[in-house]
Amino acid sequence: MLAGIGLACRRGERLVFRGIDLELGAGELLLLRGANGSGKSTLLRLIAGLIPPSDGLLLWQGKAIGDAEAYRAELAYLGHADAIKPELSPSEDLRFWLEMRGLRQEDERIAVALARLGLEDLGRLPCRLLSQGQRRRVALTRIAVSGARLWLLDEPFNGLDETSVAAIVALIGEHRAAGGLVIMAAHGAPPVPASQEIDLSQAAVSSLEEIE
Amino acid sequence: MTYFVALLRRDLRLALRQGFDAALVIVFFVLAAILFPFAIGPDPRLLGPIAGGVVWVTAMLASLLSLERLFLADYQDGALDLLALAPEPLSAIVLAKVAAHWLTTGLPLIVATPLVGILLGAPAVSILPLLASLALGTPTLSLVGAIGAGLSLGARRGGVLIPLLVLPLYLPVLIFGAAAVEAGTSGASLYAPLAILGALLLAALPLAPLAAAAAVRNALR
Repeated sequence: MLAGIGLACRRGERLVFRGIDLELGAGELLLLRGANGSGKSTLLRLIAGLIPPSDGLLLWQGKAIGDAEAYRAELAYLGHADAIKPELSPSEDLRFWLEMRGLRQEDERIAVALARLGLEDLGRLPCRLLSQGQRRRVALTRIAVSGARLWLLDEPFNGLDETSVAAIVALIGEHRAAGGLVIMAAHGAPPVPASQEIDLSQAAVSSLEEIE
Repeated sequence: MTYFVALLRRDLRLALRQGFDAALVIVFFVLAAILFPFAIGPDPRLLGPIAGGVVWVTAMLASLLSLERLFLADYQDGALDLLALAPEPLSAIVLAKVAAHWLTTGLPLIVATPLVGILLGAPAVSILPLLASLALGTPTLSLVGAIGAGLSLGARRGGVLIPLLVLPLYLPVLIFGAAAVEAGTSGASLYAPLAILGALLLAALPLAPLAAAAAVRNALR
């Protein structure tokens, strides 16, 4: 469903990675591993379409993705930052992002999704009062209710307690069982079974080598 | 259109909850205008003829002051990534943000203008042309300013960069805005300067969001 051929990324003078091939079908989870700075986040942003590849081709259902709005409708992205407004409550924030995707969701569905990550009592508090872990969970709830088929998760378990990690593992499991795709960047061993792995430490090229 | 309204409503709600941030523009506008009688003297024969120009310059500077806010918070907290990934054209998303920016800066400036005009002893006949020229000119300021705000993202001291990028582009608006006030005061026809302000707005309306969207995309790379 999602395929990458010979993906390369150059930032300024530095070649971050090159020759990355990937192919992901329904229900699969691709784990991106590698040391800090090896380009996991860069590859995720490249797959999201935020960074154009310096070389190579990214295909979604056999078609090259350019600035395709159809592709963007299929993906949900969780970056380093939680993208949460301190002035808004979690429910307001979630409702806004759902509306941006053209989905009109009843408040009830948002409440149910928040409850799954143990946020049921916090739905109406402004997010500035939430802890870092709680904000991360709000951001993950945004992914869970997005209805997107492809989840791009950058270190989703950072700063979370065991209960939340278990809840998110369950969410990812359900998403995959429903035919969803997940690409996750993580250092260390994340508590989810991966169907594929790419180790970017090996793909990284730190010199000023040229891309063909 | 759901997304346009949703984003507009969210940005207005954020501006409302930030409270003082939004009010700062008006406070600056009034305070800066009040400085002129102190510096030039309270004589209405001196102040009256320059009041229109003073209002235009201070309104422009106040609008400039607020431009950094346009994308910076969303850029820093990662929300701009998600906006760029929304399944809608980024230029339309930028336009919604610009609309919210104008409603929270341009519109309040226009509302405060009669008060500032009276404080400066502007001739009564010049108030209406002043309001008309600001109504046509300030949306262009927000639109053009978005390009500078987008380009300054990711730059160190981006806030200082914006005026350098944007002020040259503001000049046509200032020139014809002031010309409209001048025409109104001297009893000449307002049509030509207002028509040109309108033309500038119509040109900026489709073009500026495209340029600003490209600048934002570039900043997110």
